[in-house]
Amino acid sequence: MGEQYWKWAESRWTAPDVYWTKTATVTAGVDVGSVSAQAVILVDGKLYAYSNMRTGSDSAESARKAMDWALKGSGMGLEDIQHIVGTGYGRVNVPFARRAITEIACHARGAHAMYGPSVRTILDVGGQDCKAIRCDAQGKVTTFLMNDKCAAGTGRGMEVFADLLAVPITQMGQMSLEVAEEPPPVSSTCVVFAKSEASALLRAGWPKNRVIAAYCSAMVHRIATLLNRIGVEPDLAITGGIAKNIGIVKRLENKIGLKALATEYDPQIAGAVGAALFAKTLLEKSRGGL
Amino acid sequence: MTNAGIDIGAKAIKVVILKNGQMLSRHAVLAGFDTRESAEQALDEALREAGLSWDNLEHIAATGAGRRQASFTHHYLTEVAADARGAHFLLPSARTIIDIGAEEGRAIKCDAEGRVIDFVINDKCAAGSGAFMESMARALEVGLEEFGNLSLRSQNTIPINAQCVIFAESEVVSLIHARAPKEDIARAVTDAIARRVASIARRVGLERDIAVVGGLARNAGFVESLKEALEVELLVLEAPEFVGALGAALPASD
Repeated sequence: MGEQYWKWAESRWTAPDVYWTKTATVTAGVDVGSVSAQAVILVDGKLYAYSNMRTGSDSAESARKAMDWALKGSGMGLEDIQHIVGTGYGRVNVPFARRAITEIACHARGAHAMYGPSVRTILDVGGQDCKAIRCDAQGKVTTFLMNDKCAAGTGRGMEVFADLLAVPITQMGQMSLEVAEEPPPVSSTCVVFAKSEASALLRAGWPKNRVIAAYCSAMVHRIATLLNRIGVEPDLAITGGIAKNIGIVKRLENKIGLKALATEYDPQIAGAVGAALFAKTLLEKSRGGL
Repeated sequence: MTNAGIDIGAKAIKVVILKNGQMLSRHAVLAGFDTRESAEQALDEALREAGLSWDNLEHIAATGAGRRQASFTHHYLTEVAADARGAHFLLPSARTIIDIGAEEGRAIKCDAEGRVIDFVINDKCAAGSGAFMESMARALEVGLEEFGNLSLRSQNTIPINAQCVIFAESEVVSLIHARAPKEDIARAVTDAIARRVASIARRVGLERDIAVVGGLARNAGFVESLKEALEVELLVLEAPEFVGALGAALPASD
């Protein structure tokens, strides 16, 4: 097998100046998706460490790996974490979690914490789904729409194109912006058909960046349809892997006429952040109940 | 009266030469880079087999998604009209026609005269089309025909949860890694395609006789899965992938 262009970069982070040994709460959230897993550790509700990994189909194994990596070098052990919540597609299979909470609730709460309390709409585009979520000033979900049936408009579609064009996925967004003028979008919705269409365009002499631009533009159309159905209320936060694709973010901002908020952290950890915050609430509730 | 019908599909171009209601020859080629050229080639070959030349043709009609590319034809008709006409010619008792091609699936309801009453098309999603089987046959490293035969030999039903071909691909890869028998994986795929096709067929309503045409009708494994999904008797027409071209070659009855 040759180079795997779809492989996006994993990440890990520890807060440089947070001390956890004499704190009230240490909680964690683990988000196990279809192609990635994230673990987030919070100390008194503040971000302490996180990991973001590519994973396989074994949810329990993915959860364990992500947790181990987040803990690595942090000086903390799994036993030091007082409450853990699992979320995501594989949430019921997180072996060390005490509760499982839906990724919709976790994304809203996590984005609200990461991007600020002005967030009212969250777009989360993950490996195998696309979610548009509306929340209130407290980060509580008011309504949501989700596509998890079709690869069009998900990260997987972009991965397929990265492999087809032999372009590393981390460069797809930038390359798509390097076109003199915006080409018409790829007309097929289905990723399988869009692939054949792209091959035909390449044969017809289109340069790669023009083909990527045409695909990005089709994907944005698809995502915008979902957003418009739910209605976009500012501010908007984009989470999930697609938030790192500038070609999608820029086009989407233009299309809906609204700039998305930025974060200094990995946008893929929003679900795990929300789960860790839920873990904190649950922990405090259990203590208060004693 | 000698007519030619050309069906320009996503993957193959089919030609039928008809003389006074008798099929003289039929020929199929893969659609190449230049659709018009491929269509001309297919027609040349079919004429050669029939011992005729272009001058003998009174009428040429084209159907299929790429029909407008064959600008040398006299007449265009939709796939739905061509299917109904062709199926009615071969099986006058057909009231429902299910056509599954490389990138499209459709179900058509017609009356005793072969007139179209209603139809449902899926051309948006590969899950109910031949493209699904092709991509999975590649993953299993078997040919399409073998894929169908494998499916027939399966003793076990494994469900594929994903609707999307792209997502199903990951599931199939996981099944291969888990060493699931090839037969069962092939069956899981034909069942998944059949489920999607069954849902469009049910939307148009199933009235007997039910004819199955298009390239996938040749695939015994798929037809078996579709029979089970619909719980009805299905009749696979002769040379099922040529039914659209045949319909185009038939003179309009009105």
